[in-house]
Amino acid sequence: MTSALTGLLASAAPTIHTPHVDYLSILPMIIMFGGAVLLMIVSSLFRKILGVGVGTLVASVTAVAALVAALFQWDHVLTHGPSVTIAGAIAYDGFDVFIQIVVSIAVLLTALIGDGYLRREDVEGPEFHVLALLSASGAMMMGAANDLIVIFLGLEIMSIALYVLAAFNHKRAESGEAALKYFVLGAFSSAIFVYGIALTYGATGSSNLPQIADYLSKNVIANNGVLLGGLALLLIGFGFKIAAVPFHMWSPDVYQGSPSPIAGFMAAVAKAGAFAALLRVFVSSFGTVRTDWQPVVWGLAVLSLILGAVVALMQKDIKRMMAYSSINHVGFILLGVYAATTRGVSAALYYLFTYMFLTIGSFAVITVMARSGDSGHQISDYRGLARRQPVLALCFAVLLLGQAGVPFTTGFLAKFGVVGAAVVVHSYALATVAMVSAAIAAFFYLRVAVTMYSPVGEVADPVDATDVGSAPTPPAPNGASAGTVTDGVASLQVLTDAPPSDWVTERGVVFVPTLTRVAIGITVAFTVVFGIIPEPILDFAHQATLLFT
Amino acid sequence: MATSHFPFLTVLVLVPAVGAAVVALIPTSLVAKHFHEAIGALVAVFTLILAVVIAGQFKTGFGGYQLLSDHVWAKDLGIHWSLGIDGISLFLVLMTALLFPLAIIGAHSHRDPRAFVAWVLVMESACMGSFVSLDLVFFFLFFELTLVPSYFLIAGWGYANRGYAAIKFFIYTFAGSAFLLVGILAVAFLHRSQTGVLTFELPALMHTHLSGTEGVLLFLAFTAAFAVKAPLFPFHTWSPDAYAEAPTAGAVLLAAVMAKLGTYGIIRFDLNLFPQATRTLAPLLLTLAVIGIIYGALVACAQRDMKRLLAYSSLAGIGFIVLGTFALNSQGLTGGVLQMVNHGLIIATLFILVGWIYERRKTWQVSGLKGLQKPAPLMAGCFTVAMMASIGVPGLNGFVGEFLVLIGTFLSHRWWAVVGIVGIIVAAIYLLWAYQQVFQGEPTPEDTAKTRDLSITEKLVIAPLIVAIVFLGVFPKPVLDRITPSVNQLVIHVDQVTHTPVPSSLYPTATPSHRVPVGLDAAVPSHHVGHLAAPTPGGNP
Repeated sequence: MTSALTGLLASAAPTIHTPHVDYLSILPMIIMFGGAVLLMIVSSLFRKILGVGVGTLVASVTAVAALVAALFQWDHVLTHGPSVTIAGAIAYDGFDVFIQIVVSIAVLLTALIGDGYLRREDVEGPEFHVLALLSASGAMMMGAANDLIVIFLGLEIMSIALYVLAAFNHKRAESGEAALKYFVLGAFSSAIFVYGIALTYGATGSSNLPQIADYLSKNVIANNGVLLGGLALLLIGFGFKIAAVPFHMWSPDVYQGSPSPIAGFMAAVAKAGAFAALLRVFVSSFGTVRTDWQPVVWGLAVLSLILGAVVALMQKDIKRMMAYSSINHVGFILLGVYAATTRGVSAALYYLFTYMFLTIGSFAVITVMARSGDSGHQISDYRGLARRQPVLALCFAVLLLGQAGVPFTTGFLAKFGVVGAAVVVHSYALATVAMVSAAIAAFFYLRVAVTMYSPVGEVADPVDATDVGSAPTPPAPNGASAGTVTDGVASLQVLTDAPPSDWVTERGVVFVPTLTRVAIGITVAFTVVFGIIPEPILDFAHQATLLFT
Repeated sequence: MATSHFPFLTVLVLVPAVGAAVVALIPTSLVAKHFHEAIGALVAVFTLILAVVIAGQFKTGFGGYQLLSDHVWAKDLGIHWSLGIDGISLFLVLMTALLFPLAIIGAHSHRDPRAFVAWVLVMESACMGSFVSLDLVFFFLFFELTLVPSYFLIAGWGYANRGYAAIKFFIYTFAGSAFLLVGILAVAFLHRSQTGVLTFELPALMHTHLSGTEGVLLFLAFTAAFAVKAPLFPFHTWSPDAYAEAPTAGAVLLAAVMAKLGTYGIIRFDLNLFPQATRTLAPLLLTLAVIGIIYGALVACAQRDMKRLLAYSSLAGIGFIVLGTFALNSQGLTGGVLQMVNHGLIIATLFILVGWIYERRKTWQVSGLKGLQKPAPLMAGCFTVAMMASIGVPGLNGFVGEFLVLIGTFLSHRWWAVVGIVGIIVAAIYLLWAYQQVFQGEPTPEDTAKTRDLSITEKLVIAPLIVAIVFLGVFPKPVLDRITPSVNQLVIHVDQVTHTPVPSSLYPTATPSHRVPVGLDAAVPSHHVGHLAAPTPGGNP
């Protein structure tokens, strides 16, 4: 695979001096990209013979391979320290590897969840996985990019694949509408971003991040209108990608319309990539002019925090609620950006990592709850879930409480970290706004949790809440029990992995495919285990920032 | 400091949590009807035994933290699993350990006992954790964690208007805590900028140097959370709704235990961390406390619903605790700490009794009840004892606490004490009125038929409470002996920090008598505390 690529590069540009390429530094990206190409070729050759399982298998293996490669990278960075490669275009440091790991896991989880979705919606085909892998390679590139142009490259690779993914379920009109909206606004924001790059280049004479930082630290620009314009446009471009208020308009519609697994993927991967680039550009390159951009980030953070939390309160559609809640999360992560310190970056990375699990897990539950047709997204559809499927309800409750930042979940430490970073830089008002918004947000997460624990037919009557705080049970992968309503533990209602004809039994029990169960189990286990024993992940995020080029 | 080899406090916090997990994981279909309650009660009783053992291990006459355990939890963030107990928290732990098994046995729910017991045990774990955490972050974690079970207890097993009450409760308290977390972070990072060490441990942070404004702002941030939790006037509006709509066990645990987290937080954190600001703002807090006492008592007079009446009387009770706390002298603070325990015992007894009345007569309306005394004399007797204790009749625990509080306040802030006394008189009015309406008079025959006296279980539940109420009233010395050294150490800390810079004009009514000479070390010689024995009533009321 790699030798073929080098051969191609060498024959295409014989006269140009190619820079030295440290392949290990871009290995996860290459694996993702290669997996996508391989899957595309294989599926077009053997279309008739291969089922949807092959696509899932290839995507999962690719994601695991990328993850393993990233772990090797981590080891390499720990021993050899950070470096840059490919003529300074790619940074090879702890920060980069951290993002590779986050994205790899996100792809793996999405592949597992997507499998059941594709079967249920009968839109089988490997394109889902191909596009997810491509998009992931773009996000990885954004994490590794050390040059504004490379960031743009990664941004586009990631986004274009996502536009198509948003429209993936061609049977749903909303899906197409969402994709179009996403595409138009996304393309628009890309254009703004490129303009920002151009202005920055004009002001500093380089698009390379360390060179920009170097230039800004050695020169004081007397008339810095061009630089400020560049900064503003870059920030707007990023703002669209991370869906910070006021550039968030697209996200509720797109989340609502996109296939549910893709909404989770979008929330996790697109944000990871865009935040990675945002952190690298603003904290390291524009760190010396932070007083120019910090007030703007402050404003974005406050608006995202408040609007995200308040508008989410009013949603009746769970995917829209999750979209606004993710806007609230963006506000929190922006606290880390605003702080522009090592602590802030480390807290933001930790947040991204834990949020990835929380959001993908939540959307996995939303996916299975949507039933055939991907349409059961009213919060009222969750009424009585605890009685029908207690394990599923418990998992969702844990994921929601994690997002709310309840103690002893990863969500708490994530919020703690970013708020702490803001307090260190004496931004008490911002920290207070964030915490108040968390209080508001807790309400709408709880509302869903309470709905799940209310019996059908009674209004807002949260009866028989089981213990969420201390007893998260990941669903048994082979829960072979024809559960009854009274049986508390084993009513996942699955004897084999063969779903009922319409994926819902007569009692309203939704079918949860085994792979989806595994994915939900992983996300819940991560949320609780590392909420109680936080040190490994905190340390990981901390080291990632120490090894910053 | 005394370190123990066996991590008593860690076990104390973990046992209820593990118990909750066990209860939650046992499917209802596999076991007998009352199995979950039985397991829950066993766990809670075991916790009580553990608390008693801890009290036995506790060294009297030593003001510092004991039975310490300290482990790194998140190194990068400087968070430690740091637990310790002193005279201030010891009796709160004991009270908590006593009330939870009683709540599980005496006020359990008939609907879905598994989840109910699990939530109650989670709550016990969180309350214990809050009382023994010396690390501010863990305190905050446990402080917040109490919200989740309380919310579900109110929302899941409450009465007609439970949804509204639960959400109001959750939002109020959660919003208050928002300020607390920011405050905690701010203190820790100020401390780091001064010492270079990032830690959240109280013994280290209490030596942080704060400017006047910083101290006041941080004090307000911390107190916002505690005032809502307590609740202190004017942050109390969630409490009548929450107490009234909560199931009996929920009301007991909210009013008796969780409310104490607020007043405990004020004593433990506000006074230790912000002594200067505490002094500066003491008149404000004293005023709020007095308003709470008077307002709570007056509004209680107007209530026709027993639970709401108790909720407002609880507001007045909390006012006394805060009054004693901000007297900022040995007597007042000792009284405040003791009154936390007293108030917890009394209000728990009253709420449990009112719950049982409801089980028999299906109403809390005073007008719907009459002449309970005749068919249920034992119940009436227990109610009388708790009511008298609440009013502050000598010989019962309420008197000791209120007396110390008023002495302390009188010494430092005379007029607040004078107004506070009015509250006691009004309390007598509404409680006696309620008693007359509910217990006296001639009941109709069908009401009499419906009203049986206490069952064996109920007797077993109420007996420890009555015994504790009487014991603390007659012989408070063992308790005071353990509270006083810790309180004195706290008073010395406050005085040391605030000694010089305080302009005396701020405290026209403050007498210098409570000032302890600067430079005393932790162990206060007994002659400094000896005068405390004098105001206690001893055995002859």
